[in-house]
Amino acid sequence: MRLTCPHCGERDRREFYYVGDALAINRPAPDGGAQVWDDYLHNRDNPAGVTRDLWYHESGCSAWIVVTRNTVTHEIIETVLATNANEAKP
Amino acid sequence: MRFSALRVLKEGLTGNKGWTAHWRDPEPKAEYDAIIIGAGGHGLSTAYYLAKNHGMTNIAVLEKGYLGGGNVGRNTTIVRANYFLPGNTEFYSHSLKLWENLEIDLNYNVMHSQRGLINLFHSDGQRDSFARRGNAMINQGDDAVLLDRDGVRKLLPYLDYENTRFPIYGGLLHPRGGTARHDAVAWGYARGADQRGVDLIQNCEVTGIDIENGKVTGVQTTRGAIKAKKVAMVVAGRTSQVAAMAGMKVPVESTVLQAFVTEGLKPVINHVVSFGMGHFYISQSDKGGLVFGGDVDFYASYAQRGNLPMAEHVMEAGMTLMPMIGKAKVLRSWGGIMDMSPDGSPTIDKTHIDGLFLNCGWNYGGFKAVPASGWCMAHLMATGNHSEHATRFLLNRFKTGYDLLDEEGTGSQHNLH
Repeated sequence: MRLTCPHCGERDRREFYYVGDALAINRPAPDGGAQVWDDYLHNRDNPAGVTRDLWYHESGCSAWIVVTRNTVTHEIIETVLATNANEAKP
Repeated sequence: MRFSALRVLKEGLTGNKGWTAHWRDPEPKAEYDAIIIGAGGHGLSTAYYLAKNHGMTNIAVLEKGYLGGGNVGRNTTIVRANYFLPGNTEFYSHSLKLWENLEIDLNYNVMHSQRGLINLFHSDGQRDSFARRGNAMINQGDDAVLLDRDGVRKLLPYLDYENTRFPIYGGLLHPRGGTARHDAVAWGYARGADQRGVDLIQNCEVTGIDIENGKVTGVQTTRGAIKAKKVAMVVAGRTSQVAAMAGMKVPVESTVLQAFVTEGLKPVINHVVSFGMGHFYISQSDKGGLVFGGDVDFYASYAQRGNLPMAEHVMEAGMTLMPMIGKAKVLRSWGGIMDMSPDGSPTIDKTHIDGLFLNCGWNYGGFKAVPASGWCMAHLMATGNHSEHATRFLLNRFKTGYDLLDEEGTGSQHNLH
């Protein structure tokens, strides 16, 4: 699997650190409640198919990247900078 | 049909015509007392102990593919009880005791081989922590022997003792650890459950879980609706998909774990050797192949095949530890889907839906747990109470933060285990 960094182009997967589900960038309010925080920290959709997750270009430009990919085929569908993904949130 | 030496001899002399199928292939009934989703190791052992320990025989195990076709048939077969934390130690200790009597209990040859497992350490600090782990194992009533460098060299003369980055200081020997024949474990439990009247229904995918007024009433399947007041989800890497049918979101992320096997060689590695610093472990199968693996691929995946970087890493670690294996040819590699939990420990618990039970989160260590997992799951389903051997595998520990079972001490967070 190779990931396309929005800054650096297509790079070896080993340059990236996997954080997990892209909901990591949707941090809830501190007083959001136990269930909201449990869902944020632990519970996962964990789809067999298209997912969005957060990667860090650790051995490259240090960008945080939201990757849309297929967990069954390892196909990479889209990669965007996490800042842009965050600003594009509804 | 019972297996015995006499029977083997008789069949050998009469053209092996007397053997019969190990289990029936029944049509699903309209209703059962309990349904287990998933005919893997844990599901089959749950069915077996429900029938054997609790007399519940009107039950069905539903499997979307074929029996034993998931992780129980594609793991590296290691059996051990070398855990550290209370909550884990008594559970795996119980499991190992069940393993030691499994062949007699099931009348099935699972080729359980207690060849000894050695975890290597490479610094003073690591020695201390392994000594502590060994004490925890001994306190639990299991066995552990702390070996120094010469002690390891006596048992494993073929390691590279000149390695400067990871010098071998010694190892923690767990003499009762070893391996077993993975498929036979699934088949043995399946046969035992079938003999007690359990219906094993293959090619039957669960497509929905019926819930009325907070109580489970049955399941929808590709072979029709089946009613039951108790339903257990025992589906490892597919836990999220099945739990979603009940409207649940669970603390599981599915990840690939790869394993490798070489061509058959003469006996050369007599133990299970674990090289934690390189994330590498190895044993030799009875057929002669070197069976080895490393860490998970560390990102969510259902691909059942791995990525090359981890394959390369595992080969490098193997060569670092035991250069002698360099000329062995790798025949096969494969990947299984692990149900990774935030703290690296499993869940055996009820859910908020009455009658719906959950068994998941075995990470990369589910095989050795098969007997005790089934034992404790059956106890929970039959009595409504947790077995004394598995009181802490609770689903709400993540939410409350109380009694987390973080064996590695790395934190309760996805992507760390």
